Amino acid sequence: MVEFIEYLGKRIILFFQQAGAVFILVWKAARYLSKIWNNRSLVLNQMLEIGVRSIPLVIFVGIFAGAVASVQTAYQLKGYISLNYLGAATSVAIFIELGPVLTALVIAGRVGASIAAEIGTMKVTEQIDALESLAIDPIRYLAMPRILSGFFMIPILTIIADFVGVLGAYVVAYINLGLPPEIFFGSVKEFFSILNVMSGLIKAFFFGGTTAIIGCYVGFNTTGGAEGVGKATIRAFVLSSALILLNDYILSVLLF
Amino acid sequence: MIAIRNLKKSFENKTVLRDVNLDIYDGEKLVIIGRSGCGKSVLLKHIVNLMQPDNGYILVDNIAIKRVGQKDLFHLRKQFGFLFQSAALFDSMTVVENIALPLVEHTDMTLKEINEKVAEKLELVGLPGVEYLKPAELSGGMKKRVGLARAIIMDPKYILYDEPTTGLDPIMAANIDKLIIELSEKLNVTSIVVTHDMQSVAKVADRVVMLHNGKIIFSGSIDELYATDNKVVNQFVTANAEGPIQPKPVTY
Ligand SMILES: Nc1ncnc2c1ncn2[C@@H]1O[C@H](COP(=O)(O)OP(=O)(O)O)[C@@H](O)[C@H]1O
Ligand SMILES: [Mg+2]
Repeated sequence: MVEFIEYLGKRIILFFQQAGAVFILVWKAARYLSKIWNNRSLVLNQMLEIGVRSIPLVIFVGIFAGAVASVQTAYQLKGYISLNYLGAATSVAIFIELGPVLTALVIAGRVGASIAAEIGTMKVTEQIDALESLAIDPIRYLAMPRILSGFFMIPILTIIADFVGVLGAYVVAYINLGLPPEIFFGSVKEFFSILNVMSGLIKAFFFGGTTAIIGCYVGFNTTGGAEGVGKATIRAFVLSSALILLNDYILSVLLF
Repeated sequence: MIAIRNLKKSFENKTVLRDVNLDIYDGEKLVIIGRSGCGKSVLLKHIVNLMQPDNGYILVDNIAIKRVGQKDLFHLRKQFGFLFQSAALFDSMTVVENIALPLVEHTDMTLKEINEKVAEKLELVGLPGVEYLKPAELSGGMKKRVGLARAIIMDPKYILYDEPTTGLDPIMAANIDKLIIELSEKLNVTSIVVTHDMQSVAKVADRVVMLHNGKIIFSGSIDELYATDNKVVNQFVTANAEGPIQPKPVTY
């Protein structure tokens, strides 16, 4: 029992130490925001890497998420509510929940893990030390551009996912139920609220930031060679996915 | 001048540096020898504050590097060139990008000036024509030399070499030795060379120190090194299996 409490205490202390270290990382990166113009090529590079290169994956996920949402919603509405409202019901679900959360989760897999693997490899092969020895701060050079891109590119990817999601939903509605476009998109439009979309994008903003921050933090703290990098990759993915879902809950409570 | 005083460093419960005292004078070529795992790399990393001591301090030109803020630390680091044991090239970048990075980040030089300077340093390390290769396409010796070109691109006052010849063939090793001597003479830098390659020591060293069990146990010229009656030093320099050091893992 005593051992258990001791163990628990140690874990709690460790948790707060790590949370503190994450905040310090974010704080140090944030201080370089004033020099963003001098670092624009680094930032643009990461926006390309994190944002543009994720578009195909996000389109794929968006279409299928929309399609599944459409089938599910149709099944639930059938017999109770007119299928004329299918477009509204599906699109609202996509805008406030499916778009941001699914985008963020696949980004956690693609981007969070790759940030951790890249920085982790640099750490264990002394490339981070090399940067420091060349008087280049790794937090400016590596972390700031990635974190910034995480915050701003995930909302943009979410807009894309929202858009193709609704299209995917319609395609399925048309094939399965023969729902004409005026009816489907008419109800999407009727119930469309910019607030729904915005709240989804606010979520996406925090999900993206979280993913990039965790990727950087885990990467910088990698030890133990190639094996360590493998572990760091998994750790970054698991941690950021868990934090995305936790964030989702907290933000949903706050926003609605 | 670099003054190392009472330096102590442990990892978890393993003491690596026990009590290191060492002065490094301007313009000299100091060689640090010692067994693998005795803490030579750790000592070098302390000099540029890549690691921080548990105890003791280091003065670089009378500035205590432990105390300086980040801005001054980066300023200080620009006076150092560090050749890593693993070369530590940025593997996402080409050879030119690796070498040019400090210039791109710290100077207002134009692209043309940068390219000229990179070419000049590549010439110096005997590697013209590899500009657009990635580190993965280079052999071990080439990596070391690119790492060296990168380390000297800002014309540092101090160059720290971590095992510059380990893993190279004898001819390449001799070339690197020659380069260390040339750089030291041409640019009048202070060189600190970590190695356990005794041939290299004989060629390069103005002065040799030996690190053992976390302390400097010997300091002197090459002749003094071979003439010493310290049994540990003797066994090391004569590469003798018999002697006070036995090939079990180093214990502290
Ligand atoms: N970052 C680190 N964490 C834990 N132990 C380390 C670290 N760096 C070095 N060590 C340990 O310190 C000792 C000395 O290492 P090092 O300085 O690399 O030896 P060498 O003299 O061969 O360069 C080794 O036992 C190594 O395991
Ligand atoms: Mg070493």
